[in-house]
Amino acid sequence: MAATTTTVPGTGPVAGSRSWLSGLREGDEIVRLITFLFAAFVVFLTVLLVFELWQGSVLPRHKFGFNFLRTSVWDPVNEQFGALPFIYGTVVTAAVALLIAVPLGLGAAIFLAELAPVRLSDNLEFFIDLLAAVPSVIYGLLGIFIVIPLMRQYIQPALKSTLGFLPFFQGPAYGLGFLTAGVVLAIMLLPYIISVSREVLLSVPRDQREAALALGATRWEATWKVVVPFARSGILGSIFLALARALGETMAVTMVIGNTPVISASLFSPGDSIASVIASQFKEATGDLYLQSLIELGLVLFLLTFILNGLARLLILATSERGGGMAHL
Amino acid sequence: MHASVRPAVSLNIPPTGSNAETREPATALTMSMCVSKVNFFYGSKQTLFDINLEIAANKVTALIGPSGCGKSTLLRTLNRMYETLRDARLEGEILLDGKSIFNQDVTSLRRRVGMVFQRPNPFPKSIFDNVAYGPRINGSKVPIADCVEKSLRRAALWDEVKDHLHKSAYELSGGQQQRLCIARALAVDPEVLLLDEPCSALDPISTAKIEELLVQLKEFCTIVTVTHNMQQAARVSDFTAFLLIGQLIEFSPTAQLFTTPKDPRTEAYITGRFG
Amino acid sequence: MSLGLGWRKFVSGFMLTMTGICAVVAVSALFLILGYLVFHGGASVNWNFFTKLPVPVGETGGGMANAIVGSGKLLLLATLIGVPIGFLGAIYLAEFSGTTTAFIVRYAADLLNGVPSIVIGIFAYSLVVLPFKHFSTLAGGCALGVMMIPITLRSTEEFLRSVPNALREGAMALGASKWKAIATVIVPCAYRGILTAILLAFARVAGETAPLLFTALGNSFWSPGWNQPTASLPVVIYNYAISPYEDWHRQAWAAGLVLLSLILVINIVARGVLARGTPLSRS
Repeated sequence: MAATTTTVPGTGPVAGSRSWLSGLREGDEIVRLITFLFAAFVVFLTVLLVFELWQGSVLPRHKFGFNFLRTSVWDPVNEQFGALPFIYGTVVTAAVALLIAVPLGLGAAIFLAELAPVRLSDNLEFFIDLLAAVPSVIYGLLGIFIVIPLMRQYIQPALKSTLGFLPFFQGPAYGLGFLTAGVVLAIMLLPYIISVSREVLLSVPRDQREAALALGATRWEATWKVVVPFARSGILGSIFLALARALGETMAVTMVIGNTPVISASLFSPGDSIASVIASQFKEATGDLYLQSLIELGLVLFLLTFILNGLARLLILATSERGGGMAHL
Repeated sequence: MHASVRPAVSLNIPPTGSNAETREPATALTMSMCVSKVNFFYGSKQTLFDINLEIAANKVTALIGPSGCGKSTLLRTLNRMYETLRDARLEGEILLDGKSIFNQDVTSLRRRVGMVFQRPNPFPKSIFDNVAYGPRINGSKVPIADCVEKSLRRAALWDEVKDHLHKSAYELSGGQQQRLCIARALAVDPEVLLLDEPCSALDPISTAKIEELLVQLKEFCTIVTVTHNMQQAARVSDFTAFLLIGQLIEFSPTAQLFTTPKDPRTEAYITGRFG
Repeated sequence: MSLGLGWRKFVSGFMLTMTGICAVVAVSALFLILGYLVFHGGASVNWNFFTKLPVPVGETGGGMANAIVGSGKLLLLATLIGVPIGFLGAIYLAEFSGTTTAFIVRYAADLLNGVPSIVIGIFAYSLVVLPFKHFSTLAGGCALGVMMIPITLRSTEEFLRSVPNALREGAMALGASKWKAIATVIVPCAYRGILTAILLAFARVAGETAPLLFTALGNSFWSPGWNQPTASLPVVIYNYAISPYEDWHRQAWAAGLVLLSLILVINIVARGVLARGTPLSRS
């Protein structure tokens, strides 16, 4: 032990304040700098993405202005580009998908979170996670060879004969079109809705449930009138998240929607969506205006999903903060 | 107030500039660390006020006081662990062997001033690799295996683990894990060993083992331990410092502090009237 | 209460049964998909499928060796781009950054993660295809790599943060500098989680089609080097499925089966084996 005698200094040496930074060694500073560059690169990449989309769509933005979003003629030969049919198709397919997937997904999530024994719930969740991992091109494949024939032969004729008085279910049954795209999208969205809703429901504190049951509510009443309202904004968040995915989904839609820029009230009609028109026309686009119009569609899609994702995150955060302790998404 | 802050042992300390060797051994105390005029701020909140303290080499010094009194903070200034916290700021001077700890490389300082934490925190590695961690990162020249064995022996753990050194450290009991952490700290041959309530997460039997160990370890290094358990301080330490809301109220040889406290607040605390 | 207890109990039982049915329907979708793929594709997956090049329309037989190799190259490139950036960025976020920087980086990553994959395709097109004047493996790999970055970053950060602070302090109290503590204690402690996250990110981009359509394009032959258009499994599935030829449909099913098996195996390994007991974040 090399301890030597020390004494209390009379006045004490000078000792200024020391920040935690000064304590880091040089090696740390280098690692800090390197990792910072990588983190900053992620931000740079995101900014660059927005910049490229903005810069890449300068021609149609100047030429058409807001008419780009309002007109419905898409004529590459005469260089007239109006995005309305694609926006319409995107919104309609997403709406159909949500109408099917939300009740089904929410029901399954309630079962998994409230009723199923923990082990069963976890095992089913495992399968649902696998389902979420199935690539969209596989859903498209199944859409083409299974959903389309089913639609054409059974479902669309059945809908026509029962609900044919509604404008939604009129016209020839092609098999492909808005309805089919919506159905395929719904199958794709299910796992996301189930997964996030289940987690949100599980984050509702036990005492909420027990309080309702103690007041004499049945199990369903406790779930539907207490637990679900408590988790309301989180569930809404999961739906927004699913909606953002539905809007941006390309392959599954492209393969079954029919790729025709049409605005029609009938869900049996073939149509087109923003993502699918980019997928099917981008590499053949000749001429700058054509290509840049497609890029502007990409910009529109980006903005739509950006807004929806932001809202979704806020909603999920709101629930988990109330319920306490849910993994952030 | 300030008069009472002067440590009682400073009476035994040679005046500035003199040499310990010139004194007779019975009264001469070699000082290992010296804390002077330390003020500590966490953000805008001051948590230590003008602390002066001398830590005798090869003795056990205990820091006691009610929770939140700053004893852990004070401990963490001694190896500059407070620097891992944001917004932490220290004013004042701390010397190790007469040299300021702030003028030296923080990693070599921490090698000389080891630390054991409140809860056992073995790394998710084997028992051997845990103890070998310090020597390895510091590029020790001694053969690692010898160093590991020596440290485990000093931590009184060798006989219990020598046959399964390559098992995961997580398979040990809580008390064994804490002794492993002590062994890990000893492996780099520290001059001072800081312990932050080392027994608070342990059962009484494990606690007794660690207490026994502390007394043995005096032979190898200077020990500073934080404890909220006054009996523990009384049993193992040679000197005791009593802190209250960031101030050092009294610092005396342990026997003296517990039998004839000078400050009424110390007396109130050790007789259990608050805390 | 106006309604009888019996009625309320009936409603409760009925609705709860309905939720059970929803769950059964949702989960059975997975088995239906798998069943159909095995049924349709199983017969066409043979040795030729893995070793032969595609044959022209009209001839039967042939395989997808070029698409399998192409997918492999694209994914290799994507991993080389996505994993280091995501991993090192996550280390900065978890170990070094201040709250404001962390918020900005995290926000950017989440934004990037939410961008539809077709838009990533446009991005890679303007960034790589236009300057090189070539559809290429490089462009496709970049597109997939950009998609991997935010997934890797966010989950790695989460796993690094879940390492107890006591271990950081323990290492530093032994005289380890911060980066040594990260390299020798923190990352090894979180490696299972990080590996899981990387595997899942890999599986996710492995099935991506949209960003490859106009970056890697497609190719009926081998694609030497990195600056040529290349075939890839997902794009081949798409092109074959929308074609009018029976034999191509058969091959599309086979390719679908191969692709899905790969992705599910990676997922099962990652979730079931590596990540047992660790919470997984969705991205």
